[in-house]
Amino acid sequence: MKNFQVAIIGGGVIGSAIAWELSKYKVDVVVFEKGTDVASGTSKANSGVVHSGINSSPGSLKARFCVKGNEMLQDLSKNLGFNLKWIGKYVIAKNQNEVKELNQLIRIGEKNKVPDLKIIDGSEVIKKEPNVSCYKALWVPTAGIMLPYEFNIVLAETAAVNNVKFMLETKVTGLKKKKDFFDIKTNNGDFFSKIVINAAGLNCRDIVSMVEEPDFNIFPCRGEYLVLDKNYSSIINSMIYPVPVKELGVLGVHITPTIEGNILLGPSAEFIDDSKDKITTKNMMNILVEEAKQIIPKLPDKAVINAYSGIRCKLASEKSGGWADYRIEESKMIDGMINLIGIESPGLTSAPAIAKEIKRIISKFLVLDKKNRYNWNKNGKKRFVDMSYKEQNDLIKKDLRWGRIVCRCEHITEAEIINALSNPLGAKSLSSVRYRVRAGMGRCQGGFCTQHIIRIMEEQFDMKINDIKLKSPQSYMFDKRTRERNNEK
Amino acid sequence: MKNKNVDVAVIGAGPAGLAAAISAKEHGANNVIVIDRNSWLGGILPQCIHDGFGVEETGISMTGPEYAEKYIKMAEKQNIQILTETMVLKLSKDEEIIAVNKKGLYKIKANSIILAMGCREKTRWNIMIPGSRPSGIYTAGVAQAFINLYNIMPGKNVVILGSGDVGLIIARRLKFEGANVLGVIEILPYASGLPRNVVQCLDDYDIPLYLNHTITYIKGNERLEQVNIAQVDKDFNVVPGTEKKIDCDTLLLSLGLIPENELSNEIGIEIDMITGGPIVNQQMETSINGIFACGNCLQVYDTVDTLSIDAKKAGENAAINSKYKNDSLLKIKIIPCKNIRYVVPQIINQPGFVTFTLRVEKPKENVIFKVLSGEQTIFQKKIRWVNPANMLRVDFEITNDIIKSCKSLEVSIDDQ
Amino acid sequence: MTNEEEITCIVCPIGCKILLKKSENKIKILKGYKCKRGIEYAKNEALNPHRMLTTSVKVKNGDWPLVSVKSSKPIPKEKIFVVLNQVKKKYVNAPINLGDIIIKNISQTGINIVATKTIKKN
Repeated sequence: MKNFQVAIIGGGVIGSAIAWELSKYKVDVVVFEKGTDVASGTSKANSGVVHSGINSSPGSLKARFCVKGNEMLQDLSKNLGFNLKWIGKYVIAKNQNEVKELNQLIRIGEKNKVPDLKIIDGSEVIKKEPNVSCYKALWVPTAGIMLPYEFNIVLAETAAVNNVKFMLETKVTGLKKKKDFFDIKTNNGDFFSKIVINAAGLNCRDIVSMVEEPDFNIFPCRGEYLVLDKNYSSIINSMIYPVPVKELGVLGVHITPTIEGNILLGPSAEFIDDSKDKITTKNMMNILVEEAKQIIPKLPDKAVINAYSGIRCKLASEKSGGWADYRIEESKMIDGMINLIGIESPGLTSAPAIAKEIKRIISKFLVLDKKNRYNWNKNGKKRFVDMSYKEQNDLIKKDLRWGRIVCRCEHITEAEIINALSNPLGAKSLSSVRYRVRAGMGRCQGGFCTQHIIRIMEEQFDMKINDIKLKSPQSYMFDKRTRERNNEK
Repeated sequence: MKNKNVDVAVIGAGPAGLAAAISAKEHGANNVIVIDRNSWLGGILPQCIHDGFGVEETGISMTGPEYAEKYIKMAEKQNIQILTETMVLKLSKDEEIIAVNKKGLYKIKANSIILAMGCREKTRWNIMIPGSRPSGIYTAGVAQAFINLYNIMPGKNVVILGSGDVGLIIARRLKFEGANVLGVIEILPYASGLPRNVVQCLDDYDIPLYLNHTITYIKGNERLEQVNIAQVDKDFNVVPGTEKKIDCDTLLLSLGLIPENELSNEIGIEIDMITGGPIVNQQMETSINGIFACGNCLQVYDTVDTLSIDAKKAGENAAINSKYKNDSLLKIKIIPCKNIRYVVPQIINQPGFVTFTLRVEKPKENVIFKVLSGEQTIFQKKIRWVNPANMLRVDFEITNDIIKSCKSLEVSIDDQ
Repeated sequence: MTNEEEITCIVCPIGCKILLKKSENKIKILKGYKCKRGIEYAKNEALNPHRMLTTSVKVKNGDWPLVSVKSSKPIPKEKIFVVLNQVKKKYVNAPINLGDIIIKNISQTGINIVATKTIKKN
């Protein structure tokens, strides 16, 4: 199929949320994703925080979509089936001076209609968080955590089983507006669509440049993270943030528990030249540990099991203060082109609300007829480790692959690996498995399971050794066979 | 749930688990079961296709698979029950094991349990190497499994970080299979693997060994492209201006082994922070009665020969314990002192001969190993040469006097 | 012409550094050894070094795609890659028993390549 009514460029959380929103309607939608799986860019490399809205300038799109998205997410997590915990956040002040910042946050929060904010004394904080000492803190109960990649994946997969076409490893290389449709060139052929939605994240300016002169610049800002071992999960219960560092317009080094029981330190904030420079640096790794230890002295040095970085798509330079609002707008020159530009924090939280807004814009171009039946794709989501002994035994009787444990650290079964590789998007990299079932993300970081996952890829999915990737189109894992098979006569 | 009642249950069918199980049977345990998560027996041995195993034990230098086969045949002869592709999900304090395999869930009640889970490898993030996160980075053991078991070569142009035996052996293996081994990078001023492996794996093939070096940066957009190495000073700080770039597509990490004690941690077995394994007494029993530990999950061994000796002891004691529980409350602590990183066992509870296994902090020549009770030296032994990479074994007699009068003993390494 | 050479013995894990003097084809062991095997090894190493070879052979129809093999005796060091190339071309059909001779008299060395593992038929 080459003709679509809506083409979404980008399978990150924004593109996938829009795809999911549109999948409820009788519309032909395609998503072009240049990565090997959805959530390849910033959508997987963030804190997974569901923001309350206290950090967004009142009246801004950021504030509006954040607060709306926050409201929508509780129901969404139940309906779509992804993890979300409302663990709350303490923004801590070390002294009276910093309390002024807390008051400012409350004022913003109230303007943005963020409920139940209150400032509490350090002595009260210590009762709930024995390892955190502060003068006073702002308690934000409507802040929560999720697994960013899980949310993105479940949006995309639900859209896919409801007939949205996802084309992975498909990069848009050219875009031309013809009379009443777009001619879209990709590395996997040409396509046509009435409407184009530019949700290309860090590449949003490249897409705009294909049809008109962009009136903005992107200022990539890297955030590095450290992931701590689950052994330390009891160090904090809620998110702990220092008072915001005003100059950069970013939130500063935070300590965030994750859904799986790890602790995240970060992100840092560093303006960089290359939007693809997702490195982790020795300097930042040390700073993250040092700054985190200032807030929680008990934090051990050697608890790190992983590190990663993500890049914010900022529209304002470091010099100008680094803050700019979202630009979610129809192109003034090109009819039918909708651009989502500068979607950084609180992008994850805002995604479902942004999707609704895009649907509203699209309804001006297309008649949106709601589908009679919708597939919520909730089957087979329960993890083996979360089942009762009886459930486990019954499953194993039906399919013995539920009895073979492939991931030692997280107790993931072969059946779950196979289900992950059978996802409706057709994503089959090692990372695709990791992000769907967590195999390889535990303490041993794939030391045991990697060989078994590869074996399953070869045996059950007929994948060729030379085609197996880690996470991106050229991230091949192997070179060749130790002994080639064509020796056989 | 399938229920089983056994005298001794062994978790892990690597060399330690097999030796312990056989020994348990030989010492009177009737019903012995061994549980392993892999479809094969022998643990890590089947992928260790090089020789050098069993030289002290048998006088013959065997390959890993041959050594494993020897013990597998003995286990079969002894009618030891074996469950493969079976993962232990949970241990309980009263010696109950919950395990799962393709036949379903098992609840195994044992009089004694022997932990023989082996170890896992240190990863890149244990030493926090900065840079990008491309494909082509593997721990040496995983690469070895791919090359030798699954018929897969990880890459063409390889750099190896760490000159322990695992790193040295894989260097040669890669060379044999036509890969371009660009160098072995070692932070210490000497190779940490056995001298014979430096000869047979590096010298023989002109593979460069960069001593006093470390990797400071990893570069690669999607697949690895380059690593930066630099010299370090005696405090392991990078010497500025010594950075060198090496173009490569594969980085193998041989950074050291971490005893695998997930199960031990879950039920609250006391762990020695230095060894990474359970604190044990001279019967190799952990802080929970009836649960014993042996092999690499207790401490990382240098050779399988010495590992087997200790594993057999654990098996023997587990068998005895399955019949007569040792309720001795006595606990004399063995404390590592001057130049000793750790000593196993950490606890003495009865008179008899004990073999202390220990590692030193720093290499030294012409030293004396001492056992002290307070100020008094009650045993000493001259040792020509000690090195952190070589585990020391010292036999020592715990006399009745010691039992009566000491609350703790100190072990130390002094200059002569 | 006499040459002094230091050889690291590889017979056992200790790795004694043995000092020897080499003149034409005569070897005199000076010092460093701890046992007889070391003397024997040092002499051979200086004149005619040999190495045990361990590698893999492709298996057809087996439980596993490779069987690990070893040379039945240490082979001359200079023949290692010649032998390896021969081994790479070979394949065997499962089942294979530990000890089976996979290649007899490889590269005219008089040495066999022997299976070190048992591989069952698939």
